[in-house]
Amino acid sequence: MTHPYIPNSVPKIQEEMLREIGAKSIDEFFKCIPDDLQFKGRLAIPEPLLSEAALKRHVEGMADKNTPATRVVSFLGGGCWNHYVPASCDEINGRSEFLTAYAGDPYEDHGRFQALFEYASMMAELLEMDVVNIPTYDGAQAAGTALRMACRITERSRVLVPALMSPDRLKVIRTYLHPQIEVETIAADKENLTLDLADLKAKLNDKTAAVFIENPAFLGVIETQGEKISKLAHDAGALFVVWADPSSLGALTPPSGYGADIACGDIQPLGIHMHFGGGRGGYIASRDEAKYIEEYPSRLFGISPTTHGEWGFGDVAWERTSFAKREDAKEFVGTAAALWGITAGVYLATMGPQGMADLGNGIMKRARYLANALGKIKGVRVATNAPFFKEFPVTFEGKKVAEINEALLSRGIHGGHDLTPDYPNLKNSALYCVNETMTKADMDALVSALSEILKG
Amino acid sequence: MAESIGIIVNPIAGMGGRVGLKGTDGDALRLAVERGVAPRSTARAAESLRALCELATADVPFTLYAGRGPLGEDAARDAGIDPVVVDGATRLGGPTTADDTVAVARAMKERGVRLLLFAGGDGTARDVCRAVGEDCLALGIPAGVKIHSAVYASSPKAAGRVAADLLSGRIPRSAEKLAEVMDIDEDAYRSGRLNARLYGYLCVPYERGRVQNLKSGSAASDAASQAEAAQGAAVLVESEPDTLFLVGAGTTTRALLAALGIEGTLLGVDAVQGGTHPQILATDMGEREILTILDGHPTAKIVVTPIGGQGFVFGRGNQQFSPEVIRRVGRENIALLASPAKITALRGAPLLVDTGDESLDAALEGYYRIITGPGRSIVYGVKQG
Amino acid sequence: MKMGKRDFNKKYRNYHQARWDEPIIFELTQPGERGILLPEAEPEVEAAGLPELGAMVRKNAPKLPEMSQMRVLKHYMHLSQENIGADETVDIGQGTCTMKYNPKINDRMAGLPGFADIHPRQSESTVQGALELMYQTEQMLKSISGMDRFCMHPGGGAQAVLTIATVVRDWVDAQGLTDKKDEIITTIFSHPANPACAAVKGFKLITIYPDKNGRPDLEAMKAAVNERTAAVFITNPEDIGIYNSDIKEFTKLVHDAGGLCSYDQANANALLGITRAREADFDLCFFNIHKTFASPHGCGGPGCGVMGVREHLVKYLPAPLVGYDEKKDRYFLDYDSPSKTTRIKDFYGVLPAIVRGYSWMRNLGPDWLREVSRVAVLNNNYVFKKIMAMRGVGAPYAEGEFRMEQVRYSLQKLKEETGIGVAEFINRMFDYGMHLWSSHEPWIVPEPFTVEPTESYSKAELDEYLAVLEKVIDECYKTPDVVRHAPERAAIHHTDHDIQDDLKRAAITWRAYNKKYTGYFEPKA
Repeated sequence: MTHPYIPNSVPKIQEEMLREIGAKSIDEFFKCIPDDLQFKGRLAIPEPLLSEAALKRHVEGMADKNTPATRVVSFLGGGCWNHYVPASCDEINGRSEFLTAYAGDPYEDHGRFQALFEYASMMAELLEMDVVNIPTYDGAQAAGTALRMACRITERSRVLVPALMSPDRLKVIRTYLHPQIEVETIAADKENLTLDLADLKAKLNDKTAAVFIENPAFLGVIETQGEKISKLAHDAGALFVVWADPSSLGALTPPSGYGADIACGDIQPLGIHMHFGGGRGGYIASRDEAKYIEEYPSRLFGISPTTHGEWGFGDVAWERTSFAKREDAKEFVGTAAALWGITAGVYLATMGPQGMADLGNGIMKRARYLANALGKIKGVRVATNAPFFKEFPVTFEGKKVAEINEALLSRGIHGGHDLTPDYPNLKNSALYCVNETMTKADMDALVSALSEILKG
Repeated sequence: MAESIGIIVNPIAGMGGRVGLKGTDGDALRLAVERGVAPRSTARAAESLRALCELATADVPFTLYAGRGPLGEDAARDAGIDPVVVDGATRLGGPTTADDTVAVARAMKERGVRLLLFAGGDGTARDVCRAVGEDCLALGIPAGVKIHSAVYASSPKAAGRVAADLLSGRIPRSAEKLAEVMDIDEDAYRSGRLNARLYGYLCVPYERGRVQNLKSGSAASDAASQAEAAQGAAVLVESEPDTLFLVGAGTTTRALLAALGIEGTLLGVDAVQGGTHPQILATDMGEREILTILDGHPTAKIVVTPIGGQGFVFGRGNQQFSPEVIRRVGRENIALLASPAKITALRGAPLLVDTGDESLDAALEGYYRIITGPGRSIVYGVKQG
Repeated sequence: MKMGKRDFNKKYRNYHQARWDEPIIFELTQPGERGILLPEAEPEVEAAGLPELGAMVRKNAPKLPEMSQMRVLKHYMHLSQENIGADETVDIGQGTCTMKYNPKINDRMAGLPGFADIHPRQSESTVQGALELMYQTEQMLKSISGMDRFCMHPGGGAQAVLTIATVVRDWVDAQGLTDKKDEIITTIFSHPANPACAAVKGFKLITIYPDKNGRPDLEAMKAAVNERTAAVFITNPEDIGIYNSDIKEFTKLVHDAGGLCSYDQANANALLGITRAREADFDLCFFNIHKTFASPHGCGGPGCGVMGVREHLVKYLPAPLVGYDEKKDRYFLDYDSPSKTTRIKDFYGVLPAIVRGYSWMRNLGPDWLREVSRVAVLNNNYVFKKIMAMRGVGAPYAEGEFRMEQVRYSLQKLKEETGIGVAEFINRMFDYGMHLWSSHEPWIVPEPFTVEPTESYSKAELDEYLAVLEKVIDECYKTPDVVRHAPERAAIHHTDHDIQDDLKRAAITWRAYNKKYTGYFEPKA
């Protein structure tokens, strides 16, 4: 028998090839492996599902054990969001010329270079910044790298981050910055959950490389003190690094508008399915200055003239990268999230300026509608006075969040992310998130379910 | 403005080798002529120029300047090129001397040639170095008996190709590096002793692999990676206030002195007192001065970088580090530094020592940590040269 | 009509890539056009209005293109046609990257809503299938490597190396040896991410060069290892395709000095069911699902670098892992066994790649998996034999020995004889529709290129690739100018790359271009 993925499993072909090589058997090629290292057993892997039909049936069976967010009403967010994915996005990232390509040069893979240059260019318009990287793994990695960049630029080794930021993202940052860089947290205002400027002032000094904020923050609130934070950071000689959700930027001022030196974040909201948290890409953006560009570890694609007046492309300042300089490079670079970059480009071109504005405004209105409605339920309180974008924390009385979510699940609703373990100060709270496709009926269903559950 | 290339031929280079002489300095030339040796450097230069013409793209015209007659013009005409003859020589006819090379090279530098090609050996390279220093891009066409200098292309054809690539822009303007001009004392050599000196540096085109595609591209620039290595060695010097550092010759060690913020010599051995504010104690020391300073400094380290294309750590260009000096400092106190590119260029060959003392050479064999940057090193083998 | 003639003996194609002369997307904007509409909010929702945002209200709309849907699609279709994937060419010239067939069924499976549209914070009871798939993938990888536990988080091989460097760092710190064990040894033929990630985690780096046979110099290794050695990061076979038979001596040296041994298994395609990390005494290893396990490369990600460790290092892995409770027959996210503080990436791993890898392994089973490696090595030695007979090409090291799944060749001789090096050579290969990559830096092997045929290409396809290689070599000798002017049949022509190293001239976005230039690269005053 031969295998459809292994054309040269045909015995006659193997014999012919061995003859040409001058070898008696395939085993000869493995004689270089010492006997004690040869694996003599049989791999503990289930017997094959050789027919495509059987394989499909098996894997589909596993998929069927999951409940996709599209089949329920889901109020989950917190770093991964159930936005609508335009069909064009899936169409383009399914094109095999993109999907199965890798590392061709700027001639044979001209399309990849142009598509990623355009991705960066559209992000640049959204962010009003002139340099954007080819995406890194995710927003958390982007944040870690943005902070390391800030440390190299300022030649300092301490960064300040909000105490209330995404707990997982904070762990990634701490992990990535260890051991050279110290991470310290800034307290939040108790009522608004925005940054406590007095605490920021107290902690800023001439060792601070960067002040980092999320905007909108993990807990959904919009930080309106951006300009003040920027000034405080810059007065101390530190850079201002802002993690921004790109789905907000059609409606909200981008980080550069309030003084950010480096912006970063995750492009998952831009046409990429959630994939259980596995569909992600990190963007990093800055001004077009050598001192910033030289500190990027990522690849950067630049536009070039050709001998025939076409648009050509190439790698900018290749020698920064670990491909060129190994351990002496700026951090490291590798296969990360290029296809998602192309996808996000398709998304931004499809949405256009009006689409991005509609997205941001539509989300904010829905979030307010839901917050207003929830606030009217007895035992439910929205836990911030600040404006928020698509998420907001909700505090419950009477029943534990876990119990509430269990009860919601039985009604076909995925309740908000339980904040209790990570935010003890917020006491029994959950992070509720809306998206642009949510209808009044979806939200009303939650309100009546919660009223019922909390009554009981 | 059309670009120009200069060609200088040392017509008698290479003649000594055919008859078992080591070079054509001094009396050797007379002997070679007496033994009926025909010049071969003109033929090799012509081979190089033919490669240049073949490979230079038609849309990049260039002017070829050549020394008169055997000094380059003959080679050009052999290759089918009509050169612009440059006279620098004071005398015409008769055997040429080193002065001819110097005079023609100076004249070409003044004309602003893009690249000065010269055919010869180590002696010729010394003459060109004397004439143009580091001010003019130059590249040797190997034609001499002795090639210890790192300023020569691997073959005449390769030299022609580099020239063509420079003209067409395939080698960018910024791609240049300083390479060692070395020569040995021919009299000593003929009597069986190799005594190579470092005479200076020429600025040569640095051919880099330049491919714009994923996971490959231009190598890190030579100067930048030398600076990294120097930073690594600076950490060592700054961390040992009680140690005397004897810093050998070379551009990488010069970068070390620059990193320490002190001035020393490019070709000589300088003594530096370690510490956070390192002090220069003496420059360009001979063996005796080194031994004297060692008397007052029981803790000392030698800081050296491999010199020349063959990767000699001792015995080429730094004879000041005599066997006695090395023995007194001790093998464990030898610090090697180099850019990774220098190690890569060895293509797997070991680094070499040739101190003139066989038992010492044998003792120096083995593996060393070569400093390539702060907290960066390569473990690499050293063998007897 | 006059009919042409078909040459049935020709071994290579009369190829031409699509050439659309595609404008930059911003040039296609038509104010007022829309690509998609979003659901309108109901009047009651609309009435909730926007919050008081002050200066946070965006003043100027982002200058994104305005295009109707079909025009957006067409633009990207054109760009895709100006690109070439493994599905279109005999993609064996991208050595070290294992450009094998990515079965379409696996793409369909990864895109099922049950995998693509699940939220990472959903109740575990609603994602049992995803957790089971991840758990079962881990079990198969454990068997293939002999490791005890896998972390699926890293988004690619380089991030897997970062994870390894992080585990080594935390392991050193936990023993209070931070200042005593501060060196990591790696080899010059290891992927650049190995030294780079070790440096990010604050280690000093010691690099070993190859010996005459191309294997890491064991004597140099002996000189390099000491009590400061925290770990060795090594690959086997290295990127040149030569198996290091002394590998156990390397791991023993490091273990004897109290260090850890990490195995970069990016080159595992020769080894499935043949030899394992465990028997060679490694403590850590990683595989690339997007290479060996047939998930597509996606133009450079999303990838997935699954990272395995022996039992004693599980507590240093980033949380969460995937666990299985036999009694309850429940899969769960295990936050208890791994580290409480370490995180490398958001959430749990690149599920679409993991689904594909799982599906691929389940299709093949234990015996065909082994056959994958056997045929990959057969194909490579066939190509090796044929290429070595070509003019101007060599392959340094281990003369007369077979290779594993790839070979690093050198065009040094061709360059000496024709003046054409690998940089120009590869451009001409593409005029025949074939991709060739040089190699990672530094170029220890001069004018290098690396061919990795994998198991996916038929003998006929390998022969076609070889014919193109031979044809281009012939052209280097006979018509070098044709090679120098290549590519002639690609989407675009010779491109100025010097601009990209001059940061004053380089433009990384269209926005930057318009600030620096007008028209076609005319500098603004």
